[in-house]
Amino acid sequence: MPPSNDMSNQAPPYSSYGYPSMQPAYRQGPASHTDSSPSQDLYSQSNYQQYSQPFPNLSQLSAALGGLSGVPELEVESLRPVNLLQERTLLPPRPLEAPEPNLTPDLKKVNCSPQTFRCTLTSIPQTQALLNKARLPLGLLLHPFRDLQLPVITSNTIVRCRSCRTYINPFVTFLDQRRWKCNLCYRVNDVPDEFMYNPVSRSYGEPHRRPEVQNSTVEFIASSDYMLRPPQPAAYLFVLDVSHNAVEAGYLKYFCESLLENLDRLPGDTRTRVGFLTFDSTIHFYNLQEGLSQPQMLVVSDIDDVFIPSHDSLMVNLKESKELVQDLLNSLPAMFSQTRETHSALGPALQAAFKLMSPTGGRVTVFQTQLPTLGAGLLQSREDPNQRSSTKHLGPATDFYKKLALDCSGQQIGVDLFLLSSQYADLSSLACISKYSAGSIFYYPSFHYIHNPAQLEKFQKDLERYLSRKIGFEAVMRIRCTKGLSIHTFHGNFFVRSTDLLSLANVNPDSAFAVQMSIEDSLADSSLACFQAALLYTSSKGKRRIRVHTLCLPVVNQLSDVYAGADVQAITCLLANMAIDRSISSSLSDARDALINAVVDFVNSYKSNVSSLQQSGLVCPSAMRLFPLYIHALLKQKALRTGTSTRLDERVFAMCEFKTQPLQQLMRMVHPDLYRLDNMSDQGALHLNDTVVPQPHLLHLSAERLSRDGAFLMDCDDCESTHIPELETTLSERVRAFVDWLQDNRAFTCLLFVFLFFCRDDGSAKATFFQQLVEDRSESSSSYYEFLQHIEQQMSK
Amino acid sequence: MAFTFAAFCYMLALLLTAALIFFAIWHIIAFDELKTDYKNPIDQCNTLNPLVLPEYLIHFFFCVMFFCAAEWLTLCLNLPLLAYHVWRYMSRPIMSCPGLYDPTTIMNADILAYCQKEGWCKLAFYLLSFFYYLYGYETSFVIFWVRVWVQERTPHICQIRVSVILIPFGGLDSSVGEIKSSSKYSSTTIKPKRINIVRW
Repeated sequence: MPPSNDMSNQAPPYSSYGYPSMQPAYRQGPASHTDSSPSQDLYSQSNYQQYSQPFPNLSQLSAALGGLSGVPELEVESLRPVNLLQERTLLPPRPLEAPEPNLTPDLKKVNCSPQTFRCTLTSIPQTQALLNKARLPLGLLLHPFRDLQLPVITSNTIVRCRSCRTYINPFVTFLDQRRWKCNLCYRVNDVPDEFMYNPVSRSYGEPHRRPEVQNSTVEFIASSDYMLRPPQPAAYLFVLDVSHNAVEAGYLKYFCESLLENLDRLPGDTRTRVGFLTFDSTIHFYNLQEGLSQPQMLVVSDIDDVFIPSHDSLMVNLKESKELVQDLLNSLPAMFSQTRETHSALGPALQAAFKLMSPTGGRVTVFQTQLPTLGAGLLQSREDPNQRSSTKHLGPATDFYKKLALDCSGQQIGVDLFLLSSQYADLSSLACISKYSAGSIFYYPSFHYIHNPAQLEKFQKDLERYLSRKIGFEAVMRIRCTKGLSIHTFHGNFFVRSTDLLSLANVNPDSAFAVQMSIEDSLADSSLACFQAALLYTSSKGKRRIRVHTLCLPVVNQLSDVYAGADVQAITCLLANMAIDRSISSSLSDARDALINAVVDFVNSYKSNVSSLQQSGLVCPSAMRLFPLYIHALLKQKALRTGTSTRLDERVFAMCEFKTQPLQQLMRMVHPDLYRLDNMSDQGALHLNDTVVPQPHLLHLSAERLSRDGAFLMDCDDCESTHIPELETTLSERVRAFVDWLQDNRAFTCLLFVFLFFCRDDGSAKATFFQQLVEDRSESSSSYYEFLQHIEQQMSK
Repeated sequence: MAFTFAAFCYMLALLLTAALIFFAIWHIIAFDELKTDYKNPIDQCNTLNPLVLPEYLIHFFFCVMFFCAAEWLTLCLNLPLLAYHVWRYMSRPIMSCPGLYDPTTIMNADILAYCQKEGWCKLAFYLLSFFYYLYGYETSFVIFWVRVWVQERTPHICQIRVSVILIPFGGLDSSVGEIKSSSKYSSTTIKPKRINIVRW
């Protein structure tokens, strides 16, 4: 922290930003604060009170332009008008990064990482009228439980605001040593005595140096006030479909193998419990009590009134009964290999699972390979194969799964669904069981262990990640905003228990959420808007924790500033979420029209309000130049496309993915990164750990950028990976270094690799590759240029 | 007490509208409780959903009654609400039990705001219709009684239109004060006035 000495002199307020030649007129706002008493200045390093207007806004700047360095130039750069019909190279050389909010360097340093917490507009408009004029959605995309290293606060008192219960964060104001002002409701609170001692630096009297106030992502250890019941142990129940269809598909063997390998990596401690349930037209429970020589199977055939056979060893302690569990997993595939049962009683199996897990809560993993045909919750086949281009039946057919999911959510049971079916399985109804109980959905269309090795590999990889990833139980999340902002719609897998409280039975590091906000009151009296997401959960080791993320963004009152701070990727993802909601509630064509109108309205608004150029053509600010391209790519996604035959389950699954995947994965799905590998140079390469990682430029997704004698790499998420031959050439080394670097930078990914150099005509890989070239025209959709022309036509109407 | 079918309809509608007003107030309070996080959406929907169909059926019932009583004006005033009820029930989310409110979507601010507005509008409509039925009851009741009175006095005179004279609300009581009626609306002692009835 820089010393506070320079605050006591009358330095111009913007001196720390590197342009001392600012005219006196721009000091008007903060000038009043330089008269504050010296004792307050000691604590002004960590507060923003001094700088009521952290940066001059663009209209002031443009008057005094010239010779300025630093961020204002970036702002001007982000507002540079781009004529989309003329400029052909829009993509930046490296993958797009999140825009940085226009804050002081101190605040930027402590602000929440954009991978965790991202806003569609990094400069919040002051009033709802300004937001409406901008024609852009305001919302947050959060990934609160993602894998990261974060400081854990072990203090006994968790300091929170008395009225709004916000956790203390780096953006509060310390009025003096003993009082702090909440940045969300502006109430003045007292600093408790324990807070005055800083355990990190072992010093007393500097509350603003404590780790809670220095980090925007912290984890608190929750006391018993935060517990409704003693923290639950990790409990995992696996519900397996063993009908004839399932045996044909052959997933059981691979599941058992994977679980055997990962049994020790299941998150938990000595109290971890595990259980198994198999079902076809009857339900089979397994008694795994410690003393038995082998697992005992108990069959319940009354599926109309499911009951649990009275044994308490159906869910057993993993450590104690480990050998029995391993025996069971080894013998399960063989047990059902000769089955002739074709019916599937999924509904009763889920009811049994609910009854079994109700006392503790935990995670239920369901594997299903066909449409449920028996018992409660049975489903009819609603898809007409001749009508694959129709877009009806996107909503559930019955509310049985939704009601069951709500019951599960109430008992802190999360249900994850693995659907491995080759026929229509009505995913839109089945997905409800996971949607409202905060589970995840995995879908493997046309799964077969022999005929479809790509799906098998994907299944195994996903299962490995699924079994070993972190988990949080009995979680709730609350999102708080500065007074004046309010959240009105939530997107993601959870149950909304009250206006800002989300009930998540399980929370996992691979799911993300989105919320839409509106501005109820004017934000004119505050220069910063803050958002806090607090996730209270029980870790797999039985510890109650609170993970708090705080994001701070400036408030602006000029439309040009709003556009300069727009985050095009976040806007695209939020619009995708909104489009999916609209397609389920009204129709897919409405949703598509709404997306196109979003682009048209935005360009119109920019043209009429901000752009001073009176030229024809499609002009966008540079910050949003990729917006039409992303929307065009979005309209070609499986979830939203029309004209091409899309299986209903695949479409529904793509919609579910949009609602739950984190932003980076989503953007790679929508607009994959394409690199050319054969002419990589060391220019701009990264030097890491003695290897040189080349950084090739991104290419536009169009066949005109490809050539027959080049090798190209496409980085997207739902393709099969291929292996790179290990040759001794420098090219091969470079390629391997680059690919390894790409794979290291994310949790798990797939790369699609097309080696056009050797003319490898790998049928499905090649088809998928060309399908991802979104800028090109295909038989049912237009090219990007045609899309732009369509937008231009709509604008002039 | 009420001797024509129309008067009986109005009286019944009056009582049932009181019940409908009660439902509307219950709805408003319930949504307010949801908005202020006082109650769980699942519990709240479980209490609200069973009330929806009874409300719609009650309203449908007295539309049918007015149809049978040939009260066309009243029926026309109630038809838009009937159509709205039908539309609302047709476009409800997929639910196995009767009702309109789905706990997973009700906390959506748009839907909550819509339901609150609906509650207030319905309350206003039911209150207005309460007073309208009250007036209608009085009118139909009094028409009957004056007919009786006139026929007793002047049996040879044909149908006299007395309803025109008796319209004002306050005047009603004074007009029928002479007739011994068990109606609770005229329990005060009122000096009887003779009405000028046109004789021919």
